[in-house]
Amino acid sequence: MAYSDKIKELYKNQLNSIQEAGLFKQERYIHSSQAADIEVEFPTGSSIKKVINVCSNNYLGLSSHPDVIKAAHDGLDTRGYGMSSVRFICGTQDIHRELENKVTEFLGTEDTILFPSCMDANAGVFEAILTSEDVMISDRLVHASIIDGMRLCPAQHDTFKHSNMEHLEKKLQLHANKRLKVVINDGVYSMDGDTAKLDKMAELCEKYDALLFVDDSHSSGFIGKTGRGTHEKCDVMGKIDIITTTFGKALGGASGGCVSGRKEIVEMCRQKARPYLFSNTIAPVVVSGVLKVLDILSQSTERRDKLEKNTAFWRKGLTEAGFVLKDGDTPIVPVMLFNAKLAQDVSKDLFDLGIYAIGFFFPVVPQGAARIRTQISAGHEMHHLEKALDAFIQVGKKYKILGKTKQEIIDMYGC
Amino acid sequence: MEDMKGIILEYVIEEYADDEDDEITFDTPLISGGIVDSFSMVSLKRFLETKYKISIPDDKATPEAFDTVNKIVVLVKEFL
Repeated sequence: MAYSDKIKELYKNQLNSIQEAGLFKQERYIHSSQAADIEVEFPTGSSIKKVINVCSNNYLGLSSHPDVIKAAHDGLDTRGYGMSSVRFICGTQDIHRELENKVTEFLGTEDTILFPSCMDANAGVFEAILTSEDVMISDRLVHASIIDGMRLCPAQHDTFKHSNMEHLEKKLQLHANKRLKVVINDGVYSMDGDTAKLDKMAELCEKYDALLFVDDSHSSGFIGKTGRGTHEKCDVMGKIDIITTTFGKALGGASGGCVSGRKEIVEMCRQKARPYLFSNTIAPVVVSGVLKVLDILSQSTERRDKLEKNTAFWRKGLTEAGFVLKDGDTPIVPVMLFNAKLAQDVSKDLFDLGIYAIGFFFPVVPQGAARIRTQISAGHEMHHLEKALDAFIQVGKKYKILGKTKQEIIDMYGC
Repeated sequence: MEDMKGIILEYVIEEYADDEDDEITFDTPLISGGIVDSFSMVSLKRFLETKYKISIPDDKATPEAFDTVNKIVVLVKEFL
């Protein structure tokens, strides 16, 4: 047997190290549909507990929307379950191209190509369009999938301080002699909830003849007046050369992603992006659901408007209660606790009170920046948010952190 | 040596420190302390190679070798 005791021991030791470092990830089984109210089995084997979910990416509450479910059923009935092929052999249906066209219209771009996930879109796009004569200049807090995509690309890479436009400009000057320069950033940063300065970036890219790339996974569907994304919010529609986004968050929450942008760049992805070439695309049932999601969002801004109101209520409530929050106006509202153990203890106490919110700490966020990341949804009703707020205040009082500054919390608990 | 240390420290502060960061010294852990992520380390390597006209092989440019200014100085001197 090739899997010897020695190899087994090696992996067991590695897993023990992860556990000892407090970094072991454990899944919590949900016995219901994704929604504001969920039924969770945690720890594994314990009885099922009804809790309010304030940590999902279900920003628009569409993950279990009846119209989306019906559209998915219809898609299953009319287009079947799977494609058993990659796109360019016999894995493309009419609805795949229909979705690409609808996404193009929704985002206000020139063309779109679907990927199995946004992780795959980010993994494939850079290698498909850049060579060793080019440079990728990324914000230091971009998502891990972008970093993986850049690692797979032969172009040089460089970084700039998070959201620091002076530093970005220096880097654009430093790399002035490159064939192509691409400035790369997230639209909304998933851990801090802040929005990229796309207007300033678009100006700099124009000035230094650089392409502009945005991953709008935490924006598409609800950021901007009609939910088109950060480019709408920053009034630079049409000025972003490459947008990647996901259908696994606000846009139905199932799976799938895309690259949307300049026509030639999208076509280069169709010819060369490896996750597109060597993997089946999104299943017909999911495509049908996302088509319905885009219909719903194109007809009304009701859900993103409700999300905006819910977010304002939540942020105001936590601030008035005396929590330290990260500044911002997106539905990602990080409650800063700074100490990793405190973040884990608060998360556990919240769960006991019926609120599902997860603690994040190093290396997911910088050392000394542990937090509970809360995420608000249009699926939340006022009673959900009031109950969650009461629970946060109760736990905040227990740990005596309400009204305390960052330094005072660090003095009490360390960082 | 002292001059080199000063120059590298100055670059590290300019390139990586944010306003909220604590003071960075010659022994501050840069990579393991989360100040410099391994992906951003590339600009530091490029700076050292350009400034001191050296070439640091990838297998020597490890997170451990780049973890403090003092360790970086040792690494650079190896290739001068």
